[in-house]
Amino acid sequence: MDSSSAPDRRNDPAAHYDGPPDYRVVGRHALFPQTSHDEIERINFLAQMNRHLAGRIVPGVKAAYEARVAPAFQKENGRPITDRHEARKALLKDPTFQTWSALRRLTMEQRQQAGRWTAIRQREQLARIAADLTDNDPRLQLDGQVVVPRYVSAVDHHCMPGSYYTEKFPGDVTNGANYDHAGFVTTGGLLGKYSDGGGHAVVKWVKRNLPDFSPARILEIGGTVGHSSLPLAQAFPDAQMTVVDLGAPVLRYGLARAKSLGVDNVEFVQASGEDLSRFPDESFDWIQTTMFLHELSTGALANIFRETRRLLRPGGIVLHVEQPQYAPDMPLFEQAMRDWDAFYNNEPFWSRMHEMDLDSAMIAAGFDADSLIHGGVTGVVDRDLFPDAQEDETEDYGRKAAWHVIGATV
Amino acid sequence: MSFADALNEAGAKAAGKRPYFLEPQVERVLAITMAIAQELAVSRQRADALERLLKAKGLLAEGEIDAFAPDAAAAAERAMWNQEYIARILRIVQQENEAAALSDEVASGDVGDELA
Repeated sequence: MDSSSAPDRRNDPAAHYDGPPDYRVVGRHALFPQTSHDEIERINFLAQMNRHLAGRIVPGVKAAYEARVAPAFQKENGRPITDRHEARKALLKDPTFQTWSALRRLTMEQRQQAGRWTAIRQREQLARIAADLTDNDPRLQLDGQVVVPRYVSAVDHHCMPGSYYTEKFPGDVTNGANYDHAGFVTTGGLLGKYSDGGGHAVVKWVKRNLPDFSPARILEIGGTVGHSSLPLAQAFPDAQMTVVDLGAPVLRYGLARAKSLGVDNVEFVQASGEDLSRFPDESFDWIQTTMFLHELSTGALANIFRETRRLLRPGGIVLHVEQPQYAPDMPLFEQAMRDWDAFYNNEPFWSRMHEMDLDSAMIAAGFDADSLIHGGVTGVVDRDLFPDAQEDETEDYGRKAAWHVIGATV
Repeated sequence: MSFADALNEAGAKAAGKRPYFLEPQVERVLAITMAIAQELAVSRQRADALERLLKAKGLLAEGEIDAFAPDAAAAAERAMWNQEYIARILRIVQQENEAAALSDEVASGDVGDELA
């Protein structure tokens, strides 16, 4: 062999790399926790774990479902599997599903531990930075009287200990810092540099479909640290953006993060989306929720839809971004896999929400059937550094940055 | 102090009963194994960072590690490290095999009764 010849590109692994970017490409801001080499590599490892599970393990689960799980059900019951619950329960008996599930659950638990370690070890420092940025700023409006409802308190969503609202001491931002900096493990970078690819996707959709829309007041309900809200505020710099959430730690973190990123037309308000009586009727031109509806309850969803109807000005829009609904044409295997988070990742309303007739819920809240909006969006990211969801063929049931939009105009 | 807090709280349980997909004993061992797998990845990346930094500073040439040929003494030390490492990891197998060769071993609690 001629030692001077260049290596064949086909044998160069780096030329064919397809997977999450190195965590070091994420965007940082004043509140972003400091991360050591080892902390970064834990996140890289866990992001690759999720990639491996979705790309290399799930196909085996699917093959087992088709080759033995569904046939065994048919043989035992004299009829095929008829709904996603039967499919999931049948899968629970199969070693491929058991092992994939155990590893997926463990990866989430390891992700929480890794992120919490990083946030907790520096939480006094983070609280000080947040206080320096937000003390006496009227754009942070906390309300200690807000009651955390059972749909948030009963189990910690996505196995995040303490959820969005628990604080260890006054001014604590730990749970915001954990949520923000280590979400990369689940998204694998599909939400982009500032985990804001969902917000940019919504802005792109609005600018394309409603080119003349020029909102003065925008509300995001359940906006946590503002990942999806800031792109809206940035896209409409003359508008005033309001983010409401139940959790003080994420709101403190959110305002400090926004200011550090140079986004000033945004306020963070502690409130339940079910009771936004602090805002008069017709207060907003645009109300947004992003990957939020699945963390509610049937009653809360109805209350929130009613509040959005009350709060919208004539000519306004409401948009909800969510994972796709369980349509009859969605294979039962896919439905069962998408349901996994509801049963095994502490997303209790996920299953029920995704089978709801959202159109009817919107109409029941007072929206006209003729004014309903349906669409689809995928995460918008800096494609030089981050994977593009549109080109990503890996299906990580329920977690891919490809969403449905349901909304309405008034 | 945050370090002690992190030791206590980073691995806290999320609210909600944990599902098990395998026999709990098996899933527990898998959980520990995956945590160790994670830490092995971290160590591997750290060694890689070190190599790259040494190369950037001109202290290590490309291919030098792959071409590294330990002398006899170093080779013996490295081989022994592997032997020791494997023996540590597979301690349970060694002990179960030793136990298999014993027909009627007595448990300490039973000896306690005997000695009472």
